[in-house]
Amino acid sequence: MKPFADYLEQLKQYRLQTQPDPFRPVEEYFKCQVANMGSIMLPILNGWYVHEDMPLTTYENGVIAGSIKAAIAQYPELINPYLCKLQENEKSGLIESNEHEFTDGIFIYVPDNTKVENPFQIVSLVNSREDLLVQNHNVIYVGNNSELSIIQCDDSTKYGKTFINVVTEITLSENARLHYYKTENKEAESMLFNHIFVNQKAYSQFHSNAITFNAGYVCNDIHVNLNEPFAEANLYGLYLVDKTQKCNNHIQVRHHATDCKSSQLYKGIMDDESEATFHGHVVVEQDAQRTAAFQTNRNLLLTDKAKINTKPFLEIYADDVQCSHGATVGQLDEEALYYLRSRGIGERSARKLLMFAFANDICQHVEIQALKDRLSDMVQRRLNGELTICDQCMWHDAENSNVIFPIDASKL
Amino acid sequence: MLKIEDLHVSIKGREILKGVNLNVNAGEVHAIMGPNGTGKSTLASVIAGKDGYDVTGGNIIFKGKNIMDMSIEDRAREGIFIGFQYPVEIPGVSIANFMRTALNEIRQYRGLDPLNGAQFLKLMNEKKKIVELTEKLSTRSVNEGFSGGEKKRNEIFQMAMLEPMLSILDETDSGLDIDALRIVANGVTKLKTKENATIVITHYQRLLDYIVPDVVHVLFDGKIVKSGPKELALELEKRGYDWIKEEYEQGKLI
Ligand SMILES: Nc1ncnc2c1ncn2[C@@H]1O[C@H](COP(=O)(O)OP(=O)(O)OP(=O)(O)O)[C@@H](O)[C@H]1O
Ligand SMILES: [Mg+2]
Repeated sequence: MKPFADYLEQLKQYRLQTQPDPFRPVEEYFKCQVANMGSIMLPILNGWYVHEDMPLTTYENGVIAGSIKAAIAQYPELINPYLCKLQENEKSGLIESNEHEFTDGIFIYVPDNTKVENPFQIVSLVNSREDLLVQNHNVIYVGNNSELSIIQCDDSTKYGKTFINVVTEITLSENARLHYYKTENKEAESMLFNHIFVNQKAYSQFHSNAITFNAGYVCNDIHVNLNEPFAEANLYGLYLVDKTQKCNNHIQVRHHATDCKSSQLYKGIMDDESEATFHGHVVVEQDAQRTAAFQTNRNLLLTDKAKINTKPFLEIYADDVQCSHGATVGQLDEEALYYLRSRGIGERSARKLLMFAFANDICQHVEIQALKDRLSDMVQRRLNGELTICDQCMWHDAENSNVIFPIDASKL
Repeated sequence: MLKIEDLHVSIKGREILKGVNLNVNAGEVHAIMGPNGTGKSTLASVIAGKDGYDVTGGNIIFKGKNIMDMSIEDRAREGIFIGFQYPVEIPGVSIANFMRTALNEIRQYRGLDPLNGAQFLKLMNEKKKIVELTEKLSTRSVNEGFSGGEKKRNEIFQMAMLEPMLSILDETDSGLDIDALRIVANGVTKLKTKENATIVITHYQRLLDYIVPDVVHVLFDGKIVKSGPKELALELEKRGYDWIKEEYEQGKLI
């Protein structure tokens, strides 16, 4: 955190944005355009959970979702066992700062034996004329044999500089399943630090898919602890950066128990003078026999000035393991380019098609069809230079978007 | 339509084509046969404009234009199509999107309006029938996970979509089972008109039973050493290439 300490301090000097009027209808702030997704919105504006008069909602099936501050007041027995429970060695200065000073965040509680049909969509929007420091803390608990999907959108719209520091603590009980989709579309003046900690019990499954469309400065840390046998974590990521954007993905997966599986597939395209980092660290502890762990990081560098720092890293203390790791930094497949061009496709379009295919691979691992289609479309638009910060509100704002689908492939 | 004059091509300093001459007119079917490694695929690649070949001499004239300096895509837009011997797999690019992009770029080059989604869909469904394709092409990536035969069938489907002036089919028959061979060959025959031309590169007479050639050429040691009527293919199948080799070495050919 050293390089940012000064910046953090400086931002702290600014007065925190006041909480938005709680009685304004949520719809005035957020509209998600993605049809057929049936998601339940959990909106955050400038770091505050936005609601009309219900900071916390309890659903019929016992699921609780809403403001973490409200949860601490109303359900201490549900949240306290999972709040600020990070190991000392997992903490950094930013995390400590977050633990002490977070203003708000999201709490989601899923009781045992509950399949939550509709995904929760946490939309975190920053819209401020003033410079802004946001510290959010989220706690997500999924009970035994339960299932949940979360879509988290981090966007910023305009004006001031922002510094966002988010800590998310996720607990998956036995045989619980969580699909965690994240999109980040941040403008250049924003810094986003996302720290995600996952603790998994036996037979639980964690699937995450993080897509960074625009970065400013983004740092995604994911720490997964596979604490009990037969737990599984599959982590996918995509970063599309250009200009002077920076995107760091730091992943740590610790196999503490036997028979667990983990996989990582991260891909990135870097243009101009952008920079990206992939640090994937898998630790297989001595007792974690029969571990399967796979790591892949693939990058396309479009210019000489773009940089990737990739370090897939396996640290193995058990002997009965099946592990692999690899990283590639390269250009597009020349044979494929030739094939496309030999059908009359110009070189530029051919490159774009291949780039899209490369990136879209990550979207293919999204299980919600409507979200998958939308993400693919956004990737396409991003690569065409059409998904800019100005129209990034297409995520939320139905009126201002002017979406042109070049091909409705689903009909073919 | 196609006129190749004394074409010399080297790969990494080794001369592969040593003076190829070939004349193909509209409405004709030519077959090129010849032993492995004599440069048949190289010839197709050079006509397509692939990088990595040193053309040390000669010209390729297509529809009266010298195409030697033309880009790969412009040659395709002018109407040249290669059915590849080894089609590449392109994961993540759907066949539909691929064809739509190709078709519309070709149309743009020719000053035509792009096809809209519905028009494209209709066209694609028509063309699928030509090679009896039933797959959903919007979800299948180009050649990914296709069997050898499916890849070849997909090449002919693309040919049907793009309606080239000159098609060069490089061993399109290899890897096809009996039914697929019939389907592919009938497909090619259906696409034949008075205006277009086809060059089939093959090792087997079988294909030529369906696609009857006007001329059969033998490419040997980087040159077309013998040309003849369709019966030449039968003779080659019966006698192999030894006699060609002998005659060539004795200077009886060319
Ligand atoms: N990229 C390359 N690099 C080096 N040598 C090559 C390359 N491509 C072709 N060659 C060589 O050029 C010669 C001609 O190859 P080509 O593929 O044109 O033969 P072919 O007549 O099509 O053979 P086949 O009947 O086996 O398909 C061969 O000796 C081959 O090894
Ligand atoms: Mg060949």
